[in-house]
Amino acid sequence: MIWETFRLAVQAIFRNTMRSVLTVLGIVIGVAAVIAMLTLGQGSSSQVTADIEKLGTNVLMLMPGGSSGQHGPGSSSVAKAFTLKDVDAIIDQIGSVETAAPYAQSATNVVYGAESTSTSIVGTDNRYLTVVDWPLEMGRSFLASEEQSGKSVCILGETVRQNLFGNTSPIGEMIRLNSLTCEIVGLLEAKGASSFGTDQDDVISLPMKTFQRRIIGNSDVSMIFISVRDGQSTERAIVEIEALMRERRRISEGEDDDFSIMDMKQIASMLTGITNILTGLLSAVAAVSLLVGGIGIMNIMLVSVTERTREIGIRLAVGAQANQVLMQFLVEAVVLSMIGGFVGIVLGLALAAVGANLMMIPFVPSLVVVVGAFLFSAAVGVIFGYFPARRAAKLDPIEALRYQ
Amino acid sequence: MNPESALIEFRDIAKIYGHGEAEVRALDGVDLKIEAGEFVAIMGPSGSGKSTAMNLIGCLDSPTSGDYLFNGVHVASLNQDQRALLRRNYLGFVFQGYNLLARTSALDNVELPLIYKGVARAERRQRALEVLAKVGLQGREHHDPSELSGGQQQRVAIARALVGSPEVILADEPTGNLDTQMSREIMEVLKELNEEDGMTIVMVTHEEDMAEYAHRLIWMVDGKVERDGNPVRGGSRR
Repeated sequence: MIWETFRLAVQAIFRNTMRSVLTVLGIVIGVAAVIAMLTLGQGSSSQVTADIEKLGTNVLMLMPGGSSGQHGPGSSSVAKAFTLKDVDAIIDQIGSVETAAPYAQSATNVVYGAESTSTSIVGTDNRYLTVVDWPLEMGRSFLASEEQSGKSVCILGETVRQNLFGNTSPIGEMIRLNSLTCEIVGLLEAKGASSFGTDQDDVISLPMKTFQRRIIGNSDVSMIFISVRDGQSTERAIVEIEALMRERRRISEGEDDDFSIMDMKQIASMLTGITNILTGLLSAVAAVSLLVGGIGIMNIMLVSVTERTREIGIRLAVGAQANQVLMQFLVEAVVLSMIGGFVGIVLGLALAAVGANLMMIPFVPSLVVVVGAFLFSAAVGVIFGYFPARRAAKLDPIEALRYQ
Repeated sequence: MNPESALIEFRDIAKIYGHGEAEVRALDGVDLKIEAGEFVAIMGPSGSGKSTAMNLIGCLDSPTSGDYLFNGVHVASLNQDQRALLRRNYLGFVFQGYNLLARTSALDNVELPLIYKGVARAERRQRALEVLAKVGLQGREHHDPSELSGGQQQRVAIARALVGSPEVILADEPTGNLDTQMSREIMEVLKELNEEDGMTIVMVTHEEDMAEYAHRLIWMVDGKVERDGNPVRGGSRR
């Protein structure tokens, strides 16, 4: 009997194909939107997680500017910058620190022959590449002698290389950064966009001393990257670094820090949190369209019940019970919305695949999301099909047979 | 079958529509017995209560007062679903307007009652083919109602009424929409069913010519049975 009811429903749906298509359109769009949103959301979440893991979860960033004061993190114009001595002190005095690297940044124009491009210049040293785990594609890193004497050598990011050299090797070529002419000794591996959406490969790296003397003109270190030894607690390292920096920066008891330490784990959870909130909001909007789709199904089913009053009368006359009529219309609504759900899932996954490709994030289809959307669309059919089906089942056979 | 009682028995049945001033006594104290194997025609002017009587016999409606016994069962005490079971197992309907499902083949139309009886698909098909052949519709099994003449559609309806092997066929103006030639064909089918298979047939009609096919004529006026006996010119045609 269940199978018969199902067969009847499919027959009824295909007897009026055009109307059925229009009816399920709402469900299709709703399910497709929800699926696309959730899949893209998961994709960008996993992208963030992968980025953070690439950077290492044991990496800390020390920045000038208090985290709780009136100046936000990174307001180095007010708070005092660090020095190279701070970097040495952290490495020497805190046991759980593996290594630390100074970091300063500026933007400038870079010229090679007739080509020129604008990029960001980073002053640092080899330890930075170790801390953030960034291998070289070709060439070599800075020599200790180059770092100490501040020689004019640099390492290129992939984007800068593409802009100036195309696919040819840049090693040994000379480029100009404002008044500084420097030799390219290495090329970094392509890293792609960061979790914040910026291009990490649009960078030229110089030895810190070269950068301080020839580019920025002071001895400031605007940020220190610190990597904590494997198996050591980052929380403890943070407490120790904080104490050390308070001492070195002569902050008396009761005063707020004029620096802040960021943990990659914090950044990861913050970014994931933002992604989740956005995904949730967009999905909620998409779910509203599912609801509208459900109302569409109810509307058409009500019309259908009225249209088929005579048919219902005939069925009642040949011995159908109220429940059997109810099931017929209910199953019809559920089958209709499940067809919509299925098409919506296919469409939504296709949209998500295209979107993930455009946004350069991984395409992460989730079985839970797909099954959930399918069950939800079936539930929409049950909820919005019940009222019309009950109306059909409650028809009086005599009245129904007389209906013109 | 219960040999003690008639197949259909009305005991002082009344059916009243509306209240107070607008009260209409569609049936006003009807006593009636129809035995198995009878071919009964119910006639009367419009508003005489013959359709109401038909709906009551068919368990589509319940009386305001009085007792209706079908096969000895008090129908008034049954609920909607139990009455549906009675219709499913013991009654077959033939309507004036055929009432076939549109865009549905003759075969599928005839199978419909068997679906609700829970008969398996293959058996359903076979029985539907059998009854369609019986009413002379071989070769038309896969035609839609719109592709059939009125007479053929009514044959499909008779096949549908027959397929569940009912105790009685209730025909409400079965020839009302048909011309004389087709009407006679339909009446021949009904007559054959009655005479050869012993099928009980109760038919409402307003055409005397058609009533003559029956063995018994019940004439109703104003919700009462006025005359109950042989058809007017009955003997001559049989």
